[in-house]
Amino acid sequence: MKVLIVGAGLAGLRSAESLRGVGFAGEITIVGEEPHFPYNRPPLSKDALANGLTIADLEFKRRESIADVTWIFNDSAISTDYQKQNVLLDSGRLESFDVLVAATGIRPRRLKVPGAEKSKFSLRNFMEAQELRASMLGARKMVIVGAGFIGCEIAATARKLGIDVAVVAADPEPMFRPLGAEFGRAMRRRHEAHDVSFHMDAKIAGYLGGDSATGVSLESGEEILGDLVVEAIGSLPNTEWLAGGELDLQDGVLVDSSMRATAPSDLSVYAVGDVARYAFDLFDSTPRRIEHWNLPTETGRRAGKSIAHFLTTGEVLAEPVNFVPSFWSDQYDDNLQSFGILGIADSIKVVEGDLMGDCVVEYLRGDNVVGVVGVNTSAKLAPYRKRFQEIN
Amino acid sequence: MKVHVDMEKCQHYGQCVFEADDVFSLGDDGKLVYKADVDDSRRSDVESAVDVCPMQAITVE
Ligand SMILES: Cc1cc2nc3c(=O)[nH]c(=O)nc-3n(C[C@H](O)[C@H](O)[C@H](O)COP(=O)(O)OP(=O)(O)OC[C@H]3O[C@@H](n4cnc5c(N)ncnc54)[C@H](O)[C@@H]3O)c2cc1C
Ligand code: SF4
Repeated sequence: MKVLIVGAGLAGLRSAESLRGVGFAGEITIVGEEPHFPYNRPPLSKDALANGLTIADLEFKRRESIADVTWIFNDSAISTDYQKQNVLLDSGRLESFDVLVAATGIRPRRLKVPGAEKSKFSLRNFMEAQELRASMLGARKMVIVGAGFIGCEIAATARKLGIDVAVVAADPEPMFRPLGAEFGRAMRRRHEAHDVSFHMDAKIAGYLGGDSATGVSLESGEEILGDLVVEAIGSLPNTEWLAGGELDLQDGVLVDSSMRATAPSDLSVYAVGDVARYAFDLFDSTPRRIEHWNLPTETGRRAGKSIAHFLTTGEVLAEPVNFVPSFWSDQYDDNLQSFGILGIADSIKVVEGDLMGDCVVEYLRGDNVVGVVGVNTSAKLAPYRKRFQEIN
Repeated sequence: MKVHVDMEKCQHYGQCVFEADDVFSLGDDGKLVYKADVDDSRRSDVESAVDVCPMQAITVE
C-alpha cells in the first residue's frame, strides 16, 4: 500500500505525520518542486524579508515517526494517469500510488501587462523571498501591486527597512475582501501614518522602464515610480497536474469532509491545504478554498485519519468539518488575528476599542457572529473560537 | 516531559491554548503562561500545540 503525497509544504508534512500517527504502516512518498523540506512561509513577508532568515530557521521540525518517508525534491508532478494510478514527474520518473494526496498549494497570480521583464517580483517561496530581499536592500523606493495581506505585510517590512512604498491596487481599500471597507480604511490609515502612499481603485496599464521595471503606469495615465515592483495580486491553485480525470478542479480540488475528492468515487484521491476546497460545516455548506495557515494542519490531520479509516473499513469517514479558519498578520507593531469566515459577513460591529487602535471587531451575517478580528487583543479572541465550534 | 517556549519567538497568539489548555494559557495581560513540567500522558496534545504554533516557538523533550 503506497500513499503518494504531491507537494512538500505544511499540508503534505502534516498528512504524512497524521498517517503515521494513526498507525498507517505502508509506504509514503512525498514529491516537492522546491529543494527544501517543508518550511514555514509566513515569515517570508515579515522576519525573513526584514532580517534574512536561513532555510534552517524556517524548516518545520519533522517528527521521528516520518523518518522512513521517501522524499523527492526538485521534481514536480506534471500529469496523473488515474487508470494506471501513477503520476508523471518532470524528470520523467513515474510514481505509482494506491492513494494520492494533492498538497500542491498555490502560486502567485501574475500581471498580464506589457513592459519590463526584470526588477519585478512575486512572493510565495524561499527563493523568491531571497531575490526580493536582495533587490529591496538596494532600493530607495518600491511599488507594491496589490493591497491584500501579503502586499500590506511587504509594505510594512519595507518601511522598517527605510524604503519608500507606493501601494497600487484595484480594490477601494487595503485588505478589502477579507476585512471590508470600514476596517480596510482604518488599516490604510495605519499604513499612511507610516508614510505608505496608496493608489486605490487603480488599474495597471503596463510596466515602465526598458529591461528593468522602473514602476508602473495606470490606465488613468498616472505613473508610479520605484526601483522595483512586487506583484501581490492573489493566487492560482496548482491543479494542472490533476487534469484529465473526473475531479472538480474549479478553484482548487473539491473534496468532502474527509478531504477525499468527490469524484471519481472509486478512486482514492485526497486534497489538503491551500489547494483544497470544501464546506466549513460550522458555518455553511458552500465549499470554500481558504488560504490560512492553520488549515494545512487541520486538513492534513483529517486526511491521514480518513485514509487510514478507508483502508481499514472500506468506508468513507463521515465526520463534519469542525475547523475554524484562523489567520494572523503582523504589520508594524500591530498583530491582527482572526477566527471564522469574515468574507460571508454582511456587517461589522466594533465590540471593544476602536478601529484605529487596539480593538475587537465582530463580523456578522444577519444576527450571527461568523468571524472576529482583533488588533493586539489575542487573549480576547479565544472565546469566539469556542463559540464557533459550539453554536454555528 | 519538558516543555519550552522560545519567548523571543512567541507572539502570544494563543493557538497552543486550544490544543492543551491545562499546559498553555494567556494571562490577563495577554501574555503566554505555560507549564514547563508536564505529565507524559499529555504528550499527544502538547505535540499538537507544537504543530499549531505559527511562530514554531514550542519545543518538547
Ligand atoms: C509570504 C506569505 C505570508 C503568509 N503569511 C500568513 C500569515 O501571516 N497568516 C496565515 O494564516 N497564513 C499566511 N500565509 C499562508 C500560509 O503560509 C499558507 O496557507 C500555507 O503555507 C499553505 O500550505 P500548503 O502546504 O497548503 O501549501 P504550500 O506551503 O504552498 O506547499 C505546497 C508545495 O507544493 C509544491 N508544488 C506545487 N506544485 C507542485 C507540483 N506540481 N509537484 C510537486 N510539488 C509542487 C510547492 O512548490 C510547495 O512547496 C502566508 C503565505 C505566504 C506565501
Ligand atoms: S501558539 Fe506559539 S506564538 Fe502563540 S502563544 Fe502559543 S507559543 Fe506563543
